[in-house]
Amino acid sequence: MNQYPLWKNLLIAAVIALAGLFALPNLYGDDFAVQVSSGRYGKVDLELMAKVETALKAESIEYKRADIDGERLLVRFADAELQLRAKDVLSTAVNGDYIIALNLAPTTPAWLAGIGGEPMNLGLDLRGGVHFLMEVDMDAAVKKALNTYGSELKVLLRDEKIRYKQIQVVGETLTASFRSIEHRDNALLTAEKEFNQVVIDVVEEATAPTMVMTLTEAAVREIRSLALQQNIVTLRNRINELGVAEPTVQQQGDNRIVVQLPGVQDTAQAKKILGATATLEFRLVDNEHDVQDAINGRVPANSKLFYHRDGRAFLLNKRVMLTGEHIINAASTLDQNGSAAVSITLDGKGARAFSNVTRDNIGNPMAVVFIESKTETREIDGEMVKIRRQLPEVINVATIRDQLSKKFQITGLDSTTEARDLALLLRAGALAAPIEIVEERTVGPSLGKDNIDQGFKSVMLGFVFVLVFMVIWYRVFGAVANLALAANLVLIVALLSMLQATLTMPGIAGIVLTVGMAVDANVLIFERIREELRIGNTPQSSINAGYAKAFSTIADANITTLIAAIVLFGFGTGSIKGFAVTLSLGILTSMFTAIMGTRSVVNLIYGQKHRPNLSI
Amino acid sequence: MQFLKEKTNFNFMGKRKIAALFSGLLIIASLASLLIQGLNFGIDFTGGTMIELAYEEEANLENIRGILQQNGYEDALVQNFGSIHEVLIRLPIIESQNMAELSNRVVETLQAQNTTALDVRRVEFVGPQVGEELTEQGGLAMLYALIGILIYVSFRFEYRFAIGSVMALVHDVVITLGFFSILQLQFDLTVLAALLAVIGYSLNDTIVVFDRIRETFLRMRKGDSEEIVNRALNDTLSRTLMTSITTLLVVTSLFVFGGEVIHAFSIALMLGILVGTYSSIYIASNTVLSMGISKADLMPVVKDDADVSEDGAQV
Repeated sequence: MNQYPLWKNLLIAAVIALAGLFALPNLYGDDFAVQVSSGRYGKVDLELMAKVETALKAESIEYKRADIDGERLLVRFADAELQLRAKDVLSTAVNGDYIIALNLAPTTPAWLAGIGGEPMNLGLDLRGGVHFLMEVDMDAAVKKALNTYGSELKVLLRDEKIRYKQIQVVGETLTASFRSIEHRDNALLTAEKEFNQVVIDVVEEATAPTMVMTLTEAAVREIRSLALQQNIVTLRNRINELGVAEPTVQQQGDNRIVVQLPGVQDTAQAKKILGATATLEFRLVDNEHDVQDAINGRVPANSKLFYHRDGRAFLLNKRVMLTGEHIINAASTLDQNGSAAVSITLDGKGARAFSNVTRDNIGNPMAVVFIESKTETREIDGEMVKIRRQLPEVINVATIRDQLSKKFQITGLDSTTEARDLALLLRAGALAAPIEIVEERTVGPSLGKDNIDQGFKSVMLGFVFVLVFMVIWYRVFGAVANLALAANLVLIVALLSMLQATLTMPGIAGIVLTVGMAVDANVLIFERIREELRIGNTPQSSINAGYAKAFSTIADANITTLIAAIVLFGFGTGSIKGFAVTLSLGILTSMFTAIMGTRSVVNLIYGQKHRPNLSI
Repeated sequence: MQFLKEKTNFNFMGKRKIAALFSGLLIIASLASLLIQGLNFGIDFTGGTMIELAYEEEANLENIRGILQQNGYEDALVQNFGSIHEVLIRLPIIESQNMAELSNRVVETLQAQNTTALDVRRVEFVGPQVGEELTEQGGLAMLYALIGILIYVSFRFEYRFAIGSVMALVHDVVITLGFFSILQLQFDLTVLAALLAVIGYSLNDTIVVFDRIRETFLRMRKGDSEEIVNRALNDTLSRTLMTSITTLLVVTSLFVFGGEVIHAFSIALMLGILVGTYSSIYIASNTVLSMGISKADLMPVVKDDADVSEDGAQV
């Protein structure tokens, strides 16, 4: 007799029932929703909810319901049109302090959500969106740090009254030259006391004794990791400013950042904002020297030549009054003439410095310089080399009429769009080191929808083909295998939902392949049973021997496939990983359903009978 | 229903010389094509930009090519993709241009010349360094998978079986690559994934056959090695065919209904399954036999606690 103990049958039934429960949320659709989450200052609370609801009612935009889900407020709508209108209304109603973004909200019933039931995440290729891989220019970060050391050293030497000839960054070192060895040695002692993250070497040269400062390995590592972390923070800020629901910003490797923006369609805008290095500098205009002389090549030592957007040349002080770092808030606005402007708020330190400089310079002209860096790839000696250029532009020159401090306005921007972008960038903060997009994968919403439809169709049809084929070939046993196959599909979906894994197109391909291969275990078992019957064994012992003998084969075959899937996971990027995950999960679940699951059902059908007539 | 009502008795190994010759020729042709014309690598590996656009009306390829040429994109490849409304544009890495923004400029240019709105279905841009890394990683992944399998199979079976299974895998991979090279089908990341899945599948098949060969060696008292391997192959034939057919059914469904994006993926899988089934019989088993496997090599090491059944099964 072939009997499973009761507990084993119950266990199998319980596992499958539980899987069914957790797979269930995927059957419910999504609502179009507008998500309001806290930006810098806003708080998500009942007060906000009331405000939102009043604003929507005032415009008579019907919504299904609004609820607070952790740190965000979700308002659900019946269709995409209402959703878009609501976003516009809310953008003005709850301005500034909140991030307003379009989102899809699952309609999982409360009781299901209560026990932790959530639908699978759909990957960007299924719901549409942008994937960027960005590379941080680490050399630039190190160079920037060396420059800072350079200015610190200058101040230090001045304070100590040690005269130097020249201090400059050469490659990955900072070199300082002096008129005499004595000066150099004094400087060396001072620098060694002051800086602990550099190694200082001396170079004996008759005319100019030199010391060379190199950053220690630990210091370089720290600079790199700080640059990466700070860039991640800045990118997050910028994305929040753009208003994207559920963005992903993650470190990949030691110099790359992955950014995923579901649902974003205006990729040009996203690219511009994310990669932008724009910042502002405020400099005094040099009135003592002639601009024309400078254009002809005689630039005074303490000044630098800049060009206005309209082509005019200006001679500005080398010393910067204020940089963009001190800006804590910025908003686009209109000035009294109705042209685009940005109103700026400074932090305490910036405000103090700025107020001092402007007080001493009332009546003098000041320039606002807009700096952007651009990257180009050029081929030099057969190698692709990236060249980064800074493009400073004077956007505005005005006479300082009053002492300026914490709050003021700058004008001279081309359009309101530019004012908005600049305000956004100033608010989100500058990047610690320039970044460059090295990979982009954008899937438009129409393709995303097609992918879901086609993916679903191919899984279902492939599934049906196999079901039909199995019943024709193995009759009752085939039907049992089909039950196992269905249970397997439910298990995979349940596991993916519970792990909150992301389903991608290759992931669907993995499921399809698993369906094909899951049958294999049953085919192995059934062929064995047929063999046993053929050599004249009793039905009951044939069933037993069939399962027993096929087991080690199935285990070996599946473990080797699992090895391939794990290698795939280890090497793969995003979408390939999805394929590997579903394939591995499928292999594991199919072992359970194809062996234990079918055995349980076969036992229930034939196990009790003395000499059953096996339909196989 | 059964394919094979009675016990079959094909003399598989009798034709092994012919099969080896056939496989040898296929491999030589594949390698020759790979050496001479190489693979038609997609932008995943070469770097570059790919844009899929949908026009409301029928897309006029000549017109699109003309517009792109006038605007300095002479190297653009334009072709239909899936239907007459959809167009796929491929652009190589262009010097002294910000590559990340190239796609936006191309779309703007085309949109400016078109009265109806274009639907940007997909944009992929891969920088040159990313492509290089991927090629390297892909090769390494393949190597690691093979080594991992080699170790597992030698541990579970015997070194000759391990060599046999890896020979079969190399055979399958080379022929699938050769097929993509000869027909110059585009080789992208999804095809690489398919190739790794083929390794998994082909291996699955090989292991099942090997398991049976081992069992038959231990069970049959009479017969030389060739007869024993033949017996094992005949015993597993029905299963081999069944599994190949069901898997082919789903992959065909993927090919027909899964959309253009995974066409190359499903072609690689279909071919891989066919070649993988063949190679389990004629490459894997053939290798084991040629290396002179015998019953003595497979006798289990006698253990003191012998309560494990003969084939290692514990259910």
